[in-house]
Parts: sequence; C-alpha cells; structure tokens
Amino acid sequence: MNQFLQQLVNGISLGSIYALVALGYTMVYGIIKLINFAHGDVYMVGAYVGFAVTTYAGIGFIPALIISMLSCALLGIVIEKVAYKPLRNSARIAILITAIGVSLLLEYVMMYFVGAEVRSYPKLLDDSVLKFGNIIINIQQIYIVFTAIALMLLLQFVVKNTKIGKAMRAVSADRDAAQLMGIRVDSTISFTFAIGSALAGAGGVLVGIYYNSIDPLMGMMPGLKAFVAAVFGGIGSIPGAMIGGLSIGILETLVSGYGNSMYRDAAVFAFLIIILILKPSGILGKNTKEKV
Amino acid sequence: MNSMKVINKKNILILIVIIVFYAVAQALINNGTINNFYEITLATICINIILAVSLNLVTGFTGQFSLGHAGFMSIGAYVGALINMEMNSTSGFLAGILAGAAAAAIVGILIGIPTLRLKGDYLAIATLGMAEIIRVVFLNMDDITNGAAGLNGIPRFTNWMWLFIFTALTIILINNFVHSSYGRACISIREDEIAAESMGVNTTMYKVMAFAIGAFFAGIAGALYSSYFYFIKPSIFGFMKSIDILVIVVFGGMGSITGSVIAAVVLAVLTTFLQSYSELRMIIYALLLIVIMIFRPQGLMGTKEITDLFKIVKKNEKNQ
Repeated sequence: MNQFLQQLVNGISLGSIYALVALGYTMVYGIIKLINFAHGDVYMVGAYVGFAVTTYAGIGFIPALIISMLSCALLGIVIEKVAYKPLRNSARIAILITAIGVSLLLEYVMMYFVGAEVRSYPKLLDDSVLKFGNIIINIQQIYIVFTAIALMLLLQFVVKNTKIGKAMRAVSADRDAAQLMGIRVDSTISFTFAIGSALAGAGGVLVGIYYNSIDPLMGMMPGLKAFVAAVFGGIGSIPGAMIGGLSIGILETLVSGYGNSMYRDAAVFAFLIIILILKPSGILGKNTKEKV
Repeated sequence: MNSMKVINKKNILILIVIIVFYAVAQALINNGTINNFYEITLATICINIILAVSLNLVTGFTGQFSLGHAGFMSIGAYVGALINMEMNSTSGFLAGILAGAAAAAIVGILIGIPTLRLKGDYLAIATLGMAEIIRVVFLNMDDITNGAAGLNGIPRFTNWMWLFIFTALTIILINNFVHSSYGRACISIREDEIAAESMGVNTTMYKVMAFAIGAFFAGIAGALYSSYFYFIKPSIFGFMKSIDILVIVVFGGMGSITGSVIAAVVLAVLTTFLQSYSELRMIIYALLLIVIMIFRPQGLMGTKEITDLFKIVKKNEKNQ
C-alpha cells in the first residue's frame, strides 16, 4: 500500500507536467484540427530558455518560468504564421507532415547550436523532503503540482470568462460562422498557439527541475505521451487534457514501479491503441458523426 | 490482346533496361570506380528504394498515413539476422529474408486489422505507437536479441547482386499490384473512402492487404540491411528511421514509384556528402519537408511515373 501511494505521488507530479503539455495539443487540435508534432519541441525550447536564464543571468524560479513562457509563446506564434498558416486550406496530411518538419527543425537547430550532450539543470527549488509515514514527498513535487494547477486554473479562466476565450471557443466550434460574426480568426488562432506554447514552455522548465537534465531530443517522447494524454481525455477538451495527463503520469510510474521500467513507453502506446479502438473520442470528448 | 502475353515488346524492353543497369553498375564495382565507400551508398539506395516504394503503396496509393514503417523493417532485420546467424549460408540468408518478410507481413495484418479503422492523424499516431512497442519488445528480449547492445557479427551475404534483384523485384511487383484491380481498389480508397465503400469496395480488406504487402517488403529491406551492415540494434529502427522513409516518399511524390526511386537516390547522395555534419543533414531534411509541403505538396513527381513521359511523346506523335 505504501509503495502504491508513493508511486501515486510520483505519478501525480509527472502527470501534472504531461497535463500542461497536453493542454497545448488539445487547444491547437480543437481550433485547427492539427496534431502539432512540434509541440513537444516547444517544450524542449522552454526548458533550454529556462536553463539559459537561470545559469547565465542567475535569476530565480518564477521569473525564469515567466521568461520561458513568453519566449515559447512567441515561438508558437512564429511557427503558426510561417509553417501552418500557408497550409490552412490544404490536405490534413500536408499539414501533419509540415508539423513533423517543424519538429525536426527545432530539434536539430537546437542541437546545432548547443550540442547534443545532456546538461544538468541548476537547482532552482528547495529539494528537501517531507515524510508522511513511509511516503516521501519532495518539496519540488509540491511546487510542480501547484504551479501546474495554478496555470490550468488561469487557462480555464481565460477560456471561459474572457472575450478572447469566447472567440477561441467560437472559432473551434465553427470557423466560418465565427468569421461571419466578426471574430478575427487569424489572431484568435495565433493566440491559441501562444497560450498552448507558453504552457509547454512552463512544462519544460518544470521537467528540467524535476529530472535535473535536459537535451535537444527530450521533447520527442514526452510530446507523444502528452498527445496520448490529450486523446485519452478527449481531444479538444481542457478538463479532459488534465485528467488524461494525470492518468498517463500515474500509469507510467505504476508500470515502472511494479513492472519493468523498460516497458514504460510501450505501456503508454499500448494504452493509446486500446483507447483509439474502444473509445476514439476519449472520456470527455464529443462524438462526431461522419458526413459525406 | 497483345498486352496479355508475357513476352511482348514492352516486357522485353523492361528486361533489357534492367539487365543493362545491373551490368553497368557491376562493371563499375569491378573496375573500382564504385569503391567500398560508394558501395555503402549504393546499398543504402537499394534498401531505401525498397522501403520507400513499399511505404508508398500504403501512404501514397492507399492513402493510409503510416509512421511505423521502421517497425516492420526491424522485424525483418531481427528474424533475418537470427536465421542467418544460425545457418550461415546463402540458403540461410535467403530463408532469413523470406521468414523476416513473412513475419513482418503477419505482424502487419495483426496490427492492421484493429488500427486501420482509424483515419488520418489518429492512424499516424497509432502506427507510430505500434512501431515503438515493437522496438521496446526487441529491446527487452535479452536472451534472443541481446537487448540494447544489439546483434553483432551477422554474416554478410548481401551484395550488389542480391540488392539489385530484390530492389527490382519490389519495384516490379508493387508496380504490377498498383496497376491491377486490387491496386485500383486501393487508389479508390485514397481518393474517397466513403465513395469507394458505397461502390462495393471492401475497404478494410484492401487497406489491410496494402499494409501487409508494405510490411512484407519492409521486412525484406530489414533482412538485407542486417546482412549488409553486420550489426543491428533496436535504436536504429526508432521513430527517426520511419521519418527518414516518409521523407523519401513525400519528396518523391505520394503515389509515384518513380518519384520514390529518384528521391531515394538524391537523398542518399545528399547524405553521403553531409556524412560528417549529421545535424546539418537533419536541418536540411526538416526544411525540405516544410518547403515541399508549402510550395509543392504533391512532391517531385506528383502521381506521375516515368512511363507517363513516353505516353505523352506517343500522343504527340499521333496528333501530328
């Protein structure tokens, strides 16, 4: 039982990072129906920005988080304008391949400039531990979970209660109708990319602190797993992405804890295939009918 | 019906072209113009042609976006290598290729039946996940596959002759398949799945068939690879390998076998020249993907083949 609770604690802290990344996937998919393969790499860039400003400028956790989020938001807007906007009306497969291209570009441009080696992240947060019986909770984990929850609440507020949030929901429901109602579709899509990328940047900084190491290809696997989380929760749904992220985090730590940690990634993908076959719309997703 | 006979003008012409092509390359190898270094490029080209043409059948002709081709390649590579190491003879090599291809095809069918119900993006992610699962399984079968360290000292039987034979066979067989009634059914699925279904095409069967055939040839490519490079390990067949193959197909044109062949040659030569700058090569690949999709989404050849060129010439002659 103790081991189970301990795995649960680790799973929740990892899962809240996945949830942050999954939110970006789900928002972008909701609005332009694109699996943004480059999203995992935006998260990697976020981790590197956080690394650079803390190592060379020596600033603390909160300012580093904000700088990283802002730069990722900018990067997200640039990616959308340069790579995805010209293709908005072409075949889905063309945009998907472009997204893979952008993902490779970010990875290898980063590798070209900073090298392929793994770097160790500076210690930004107190890493002393709290003990509850046999369960050990690192203060870092508490910070990570709370940062993630705060950002998710902020996002929920923006989407539900602000004008731009209303515009985002309108564009995702029906782009043409939204345009006819006077909503600026282009800037709404850019804003969605900015928010999604900012959350990924925050996730990058948090994961750098949590695992204490970053490298240019770090975004590939977590990016895919966050996508699995978004699909599980129901793609397009914000609470779904949170539930999905936590579930994937917990699944992963349980597989590592009780089974073989080498099968961790396989378990997540097997889970994805099972969801896609049994309930492709996810647990909170809407069913869409096929139209001719 | 002249075209129904096996021995006709067209087939004889194709045979002559194939033999001349083989003989010229063999002569260049013999007199040393193609040295050991370029021979590796030549082998890479052949293996990539097999991979790209087989992926083109799935993605280009049938329209099923697969990101897991390297998974099938790895099955062929491991099965082929294990049989090859056990028997250590040419017949063992050929048996390994056949068994590897068959194993890949069987796995293709088993995976295809559930996943091919998915469409577009979801299918891409599911096939990607499936290839990752295959890789992790090989990684963990320590007793048989030697885990992450991989298999070493696989006997080398793959040479220019076998590479050429299998490449030519792949191109001819897949080309024939595409131009048969089965192939037309596959193309109809790409054009409009709902319309094809309502015209009585059994879409699930044809999708699984294309997937299995693609997996079969990817298995051949994997077995050839393992016997050429002596050494395989699971990380060779990761996500990046699938992307490499996809880049060839997209660059050449989805739905053009000629395109895949040309793209495999061009990209292999590019890779040879950029060997010492592997990051730069990936940046170029990435830019190539983005630029092609924005400015020429149909790729180099679109859905055209080199034989279409002759048809145009003939038509012009008739008109005059």
